[in-house]
Amino acid sequence: MNNEEITRRDFLTLAWSAAGALALSEGVFVGLRFLTPRSVEGEFGGEFNLGPADQYPSGTVTPVEAGRFYLVRLQDGGFMAIYRRCTHLGCAVPFDQASGQFVCPCHGSVFTMDGEVLNPPAPRPLDLFALHINENGEIIVDTASPIEREHTDPAQVVYLG
Amino acid sequence: MADLPQKDLPPVTERLRRSVVRTPLPPKDDRGRMKLVMDSLVLHLHPAKVSRPALKLTYTFGLGGLLILLFLVLVSTGILLLFAYTPSPDAAYQSMIALQTQVDFGNLIRNLHHWSGNLMVIVAVLHLLRVFYTSGFTTPREFNWVMGVGLLLLVVGANFTGYLLPWDQLAYWAITVGTSLLEYVPLVGDTLTRMLLGGPEVGAATLTNFYALHIAIIPLTISALVSFHIWRVRKDKITIPRQLDRPPDTSKVTTIPHLVSIELVYALVWLVLLVGWSSFVNAPLEEAANPAHSPNPAKAAWYFMGLQELLMHFHPLFGAIIIPALGLAGLLSLPYLSQDMESVGVWFRSRRGRWMAGASFALGVVATFAWVLADEYWLDWPGWLPFLPSYLSNGWIPFALLLLVLMGYYELVKSLGSSDCEARQALFTFLLAAFLTLTFVGIFLRGEGMALILPWR
Ligand code: HEM
Ligand code: FES
Repeated sequence: MNNEEITRRDFLTLAWSAAGALALSEGVFVGLRFLTPRSVEGEFGGEFNLGPADQYPSGTVTPVEAGRFYLVRLQDGGFMAIYRRCTHLGCAVPFDQASGQFVCPCHGSVFTMDGEVLNPPAPRPLDLFALHINENGEIIVDTASPIEREHTDPAQVVYLG
Repeated sequence: MADLPQKDLPPVTERLRRSVVRTPLPPKDDRGRMKLVMDSLVLHLHPAKVSRPALKLTYTFGLGGLLILLFLVLVSTGILLLFAYTPSPDAAYQSMIALQTQVDFGNLIRNLHHWSGNLMVIVAVLHLLRVFYTSGFTTPREFNWVMGVGLLLLVVGANFTGYLLPWDQLAYWAITVGTSLLEYVPLVGDTLTRMLLGGPEVGAATLTNFYALHIAIIPLTISALVSFHIWRVRKDKITIPRQLDRPPDTSKVTTIPHLVSIELVYALVWLVLLVGWSSFVNAPLEEAANPAHSPNPAKAAWYFMGLQELLMHFHPLFGAIIIPALGLAGLLSLPYLSQDMESVGVWFRSRRGRWMAGASFALGVVATFAWVLADEYWLDWPGWLPFLPSYLSNGWIPFALLLLVLMGYYELVKSLGSSDCEARQALFTFLLAAFLTLTFVGIFLRGEGMALILPWR
């Protein structure tokens, strides 16, 4: 800019516009914060203690109703906590004992025991919850946020000891 | 005090009437009527005179007016329902049962609200089609078309948020499936869905959010937009209907009584139809919502079945996001493309336009059916191209083919001698037929596991 003078009027217009923009952004910020999901109280969303790991035989799938996930113990003894929600459009996926697969009733997606997609339309494997085994040998699952994955990977499986 | 002309006061009934309407009873001549009308409420909404040919029912079919009537019915029945409904997962379903079994006329009011809401989606689409096929979106009405598209989305939004409120199996899973579509939006999808649901799944917070949207935010926005929309119709005037090869009839008649009496009769007839239908046909209510058990198949609300069917054939990025977004962008930009003002007010623009539109519709239906069948039994992009990620094999590749077909069709129609506007109309009609066919297939021909079925089997 040259040394053009800023008149009193220009200055006030600018100052008031800035104040208006500030007020608006404050309003938007407060509104958005107000609307962000409150963390879900109670069972789902918290931690689950599923007791001693050795009570779950290899090759079994145990539904944990309150946590909306399945505790899966693979043939090789590894553990996974698989979220019940279908990665296609969100239906609750039941485990089919007879075939040893997860079969979604809504649009026919089929998943293996460790969540890999066998049959679309599901675009990616079933989501996981963080799982660890504490010093007492008990299984702890944290349902705070589902973990999305593009592929199954041995690193996602948790082993005893 | 004493000299006030007490004896001149009219009778009390007349004083009462005048305190409300300010003006004397209407004179019998047109001029007097015009003058009177200038400051009455009706004339605040309508111009003093309207085009005579536009009054014919076969031009507008009264669809815009019907939308206003339906909105009024929805507001009044909705207010009643507020007194009988509790928006919480523990109580919502119980209040629906109580509404049906204990509240006097509870069923009637619920049915009226339900059927008017669903009818409003259909009528809004028909109104859009009427405006489209008579070129009502041309200058100076471009922005009113844009507002209309906004209104259509709001009407669908109102239906969608209302769908959850009964908290039965139908509601729970239709909303689960419907909101999951949103998750496929790149980058912001997860955040948006979480904000709308108030958490990772449909739950108590979702019901609160949807309730607020359904009873306050969306209806208020619709009222504001409809006021703007109607004000523009009043200012821009309605397009003048015209027969092929004949000059437009520019004659006018006074709004009162010519237009107003038609409106009142039309509204009364529709009210009778609505109340009659709602007295005999109950709105559906299934078992209480059970988040652990999805029904088979799980379908979205009927007006989203076209989208859900599209999703059966395309990677979600295309089926749920790119194709619908392009469709919406097309609708919004339509009035800003080149225009042929000569054919405004002529149904389908010309004789050629008429049969092109008819042929495009038939072709759209046949082609879509053929494609759905081919995709079900033969096409298998991911299987043929296993080395490609599915957003390419099941997304870009079929999408590019679709675009080629549409461009080819447009050029074909033009090479048959159509103007730009007629060719665009043919393309629109083709896509409309495709969308309607997909919706039909989704609603009626999809059974367990979303396999194709014959509905009468
Ligand atoms: C709540 C929904 C709506 C209401 C209450 C409404 C109301 C009206 C009314 C009363 C008219 C006067 C003519 C007639 O009755 O046909 C009108 C005209 C018009 N509407 Fe709508 N409408 C709605 C939705 C839409 C939609 C979905 C579109 C299209 C995207 C649209 C675009 C237009 C246009 C461009 C006109 C002027 C047409 C002409 O002059 O020929 N409106 N609307
Ligand atoms: S929601 Fe599971 S297949 Fe569609």
